[in-house]
Amino acid sequence: MTKVHKHEKKKHLEGRPGQTAPALAFPTVLFLFFGIGIPLALTVVYSFLDRAKVGMGVTWTFNPKAYKSLFVIENLDGTTGFDTRYVKVLWNSFVYSGVTTVATVILSIPIAMWIATREENKRNILLAAVTLPFWISILIRTYGLRQIIDDNGPIGWIMHKLGNEGFHIIYTPTATMIGLIYVFLPFMILPIYSSAERFDFRLAEAAYDLGAKRWTVLRRIVLPSIRPGIIAGIALVFIPALGSFLQSDMLGGGKTNMIANVIALNFGQARNWPFGCALAVLLIVLTLIFVKLIQWAGKKTTGEQVSLI
Amino acid sequence: MTDTAVATAAETQWVAPKRRRLVNLRNFPTFTFASWAVLFFLYLPLLHVVIYSFNSSRIATIWESPSVKWYIKTFHNDDIQRALINSFQIAIGATIFSTVLAVLAALGLQRMKRAGSTVAWALIGAPLIIAEIVLAVGTLGFFMAVGIPLGKVGMTVAHTAFCIPFALIPIRARLGQLDNAPFEAAADLGANESQILRRVTLPLLSPAIISGALLAFAISIDDFITSFFLSGPSSTTLPVYIFGMIRSTVTPEVDAISTLLLLFSGIVLISSYVLNRRRR
Repeated sequence: MTKVHKHEKKKHLEGRPGQTAPALAFPTVLFLFFGIGIPLALTVVYSFLDRAKVGMGVTWTFNPKAYKSLFVIENLDGTTGFDTRYVKVLWNSFVYSGVTTVATVILSIPIAMWIATREENKRNILLAAVTLPFWISILIRTYGLRQIIDDNGPIGWIMHKLGNEGFHIIYTPTATMIGLIYVFLPFMILPIYSSAERFDFRLAEAAYDLGAKRWTVLRRIVLPSIRPGIIAGIALVFIPALGSFLQSDMLGGGKTNMIANVIALNFGQARNWPFGCALAVLLIVLTLIFVKLIQWAGKKTTGEQVSLI
Repeated sequence: MTDTAVATAAETQWVAPKRRRLVNLRNFPTFTFASWAVLFFLYLPLLHVVIYSFNSSRIATIWESPSVKWYIKTFHNDDIQRALINSFQIAIGATIFSTVLAVLAALGLQRMKRAGSTVAWALIGAPLIIAEIVLAVGTLGFFMAVGIPLGKVGMTVAHTAFCIPFALIPIRARLGQLDNAPFEAAADLGANESQILRRVTLPLLSPAIISGALLAFAISIDDFITSFFLSGPSSTTLPVYIFGMIRSTVTPEVDAISTLLLLFSGIVLISSYVLNRRRR
């Protein structure tokens, strides 16, 4: 019997004694139905309603007005025109998240490779150093970064000393992107590291022996081997960056930089829940499309199903 | 021989040993420097927060002289204490509920094939994929529709929902790694299903349950966005309070609270590390 188990361990997990009944999961599923399922469904429903005449909430008249106002502006004189404001917000969100993803990949490859090639003791300390930020509030990390890139902060001071009087970066899109890169960098380093750790350095040696230069080895041998890690990292960075709120709020200055900021605005001062919900639905759809793309890319490079859960 | 020829000869002689040295590909040029630069980038802002928490100035970005006055002010700030208590109440509640529900889900879903439980996994995994702000405003809409007031009860429910996947990650991983032997031994010795659960499965899972709970606690206590939308006037959590402080005039008090929170995270992490070491 044991022999069978050794051979078909995975398969036999199903028949392990003491396996509990699926019914045990029922309370969790029921709880999440109310905690996650209904709120998501309500977001979709609300996006097709009208805003409340007074105060917060909605009035129950179904119409696609909220979606229409994403692209169409109604002028005071009754004429309509193409509204570029929210298209711009969408575009910003994509660009900021895209730049963040590319920058984190470039910054992560050297450090991931470097950590993977240290001795075990040193490697564990370095890994802990990269993991530690996960345990620190994003709010505090973003605040810390704001103090660094503030006009009166150390970067500003250095720039001033170097004679760059007009240096100003805080409350600009650049600051938002630096904030996103800073916050999401560990999410890219760790998956790339776990790919790099498995990399067989004899392959690189073989490439050297065959006369490849460093750059060629890096590009042709190392990079393809760590591609699964890069793809996982892209999923872990781009998706949360697309829906991020704090960095554009605290560092970008303007209140309507990215999708999440406009959602927040419509649930706050603007009090237009249907419009906020329409943006939320749009964000969900974009996220799901991107998840599918990542899964497709993952399958293509590794031949395996990529699970994001 | 001309100078160039000497140089060329020296170079040709040099090439061979240099190439040998190159075989140690483990070191790419500039990677070491780039790595230290990245680590510096990751820690500089935190270092700045810690140093500037000892600043006597009224403006957080301008250094005046060393002082602990902002720590004293923090300890005497009743709002901060209230916010801290709220944060802990919600985080402890969310940790307990989400860990229990995660254990139940892990046990119940282990036998089911993934395809057979798509809806369950979609609900569990949703907070990992969908932007937090979407779930936060959806929950706000739900609470308003059924008349649940904004406050700690609703916040604990919402925190529990997004903490479940985090609590589940280590538990599910551990459950997949467990060897069949102890289960078979227990069954051979005549243990029934519930005895195996209590005496074999749960004890074997306990380290994973503890890490899951720790993860859930960390996620809940640091949460800003959900709390921001669902907190009422008397249920402000510490992150929401700090956010408010950052939005108005920023004094080094923000740095002082942040440093205390960094210290707290450090203590929790080190003690969990030490506990783990000792168990082994």
